Amino acid sequence: MAHSSRFKITDALLIVMMILPLLTAIVIKILTNPESEGIAISGALVYFTIPMPKWDLPITESQVNSWLIMISILGLCLYLTHGLSPKAETKRQHLAEYIVTKTEELVHENMGEFFSGFAPFIGAILALSAFSSLSSLLGIFPPTSDLNVIAGWAILVFILITYYKLKCGFGYYIKSFTEPIALLTPFNIIGEIATPVSMTFRHYGNIVSGSVISALIAAGLRILSSWIFGWLPGAIGEFPFLRIGLPAILSAYFDVFSGCLQAFIFSILTMINISGGFDFDIYTARKNKKLSKKQKVN
Amino acid sequence: MLELAIGIILCGCAIGAGLALIAGIGPGIGEGNAVAKACEAIGRQPESKGSVMSTLFIGCALAETTGVYGFVTGLLLMFVVPRMLVNILINALVANGVL
Repeated sequence: MAHSSRFKITDALLIVMMILPLLTAIVIKILTNPESEGIAISGALVYFTIPMPKWDLPITESQVNSWLIMISILGLCLYLTHGLSPKAETKRQHLAEYIVTKTEELVHENMGEFFSGFAPFIGAILALSAFSSLSSLLGIFPPTSDLNVIAGWAILVFILITYYKLKCGFGYYIKSFTEPIALLTPFNIIGEIATPVSMTFRHYGNIVSGSVISALIAAGLRILSSWIFGWLPGAIGEFPFLRIGLPAILSAYFDVFSGCLQAFIFSILTMINISGGFDFDIYTARKNKKLSKKQKVN
Repeated sequence: MLELAIGIILCGCAIGAGLALIAGIGPGIGEGNAVAKACEAIGRQPESKGSVMSTLFIGCALAETTGVYGFVTGLLLMFVVPRMLVNILINALVANGVL
């Protein structure tokens, strides 16, 4: 146990790396957010814009928050995985092994043998989406309630889908649009584009609807408690008593449950869409053909 | 005249947002059916509760999609589209030299 003191220092540093970005986000939120009376449903703040030739590039609250959450997740991963031993001894390593095993099982079940290398990607999407949604519990602007962030992820998934379809051959990719008959080609093209759009809107809509409903109910409870307890003297009369309790229960559903469920759904759909467009038999046939051609040339 | 035009834009957006939220009917009926069937399945085979519940949650979240489309459309019509249309109108008026 000669390393123990060094490990403790590393542990402490990594825990600081996990917590510090979130604290930074809270501080930035407190410093920059304008004071608002009542309930406001607003989008992400634009901190500053970087001038670009065609369009200016805005750096928004949701971007900054998602970077900070990424750093925080990186810290968590490093904390869980540093100083591993061949046989699991610490709780930390057990947890890390559990997460990795579960992710690999999930990917294997949904995507098959060929795509088993996708486990880190799926794990990353799952963790980023879930932590982004859960970050609203800290009071910071959750990046998942910005359409652009999720649209970015969905476009990434769309590129992957197209890439793995093209791996089966360009002819196969073009031909897959004319299935089952050539008359349906426009609908197939629309359906192809609809995949990322629907993934984006599903995730965004669920998170935003939760926050809109929470905001409406919080506003309603404030008015209701001012009606009921308004006759009490002084500050007690102004204090919204009815706001205690019920919003917390709603937040447990809308922020915690719905956020985690949507993260899971997003990763499931990613897996199904990527592996669904890919035909393994055609891919292997094409690969074998290429190999035999190369051997003939040689 | 400009006030009337802006009023018509806002009115149309509000009506459109209200109509878009009719989409909530579909997922309501669908999820109700799904939950009813899940209750039946659990009643018939109580030991399969775990897998039925997890499938039910995923299915419900997927069935919600159409309702969420309506909600997002309503949100866009409430907060994004009116400003955009009014800007387009004012720009067109400025370009034609009316304003």
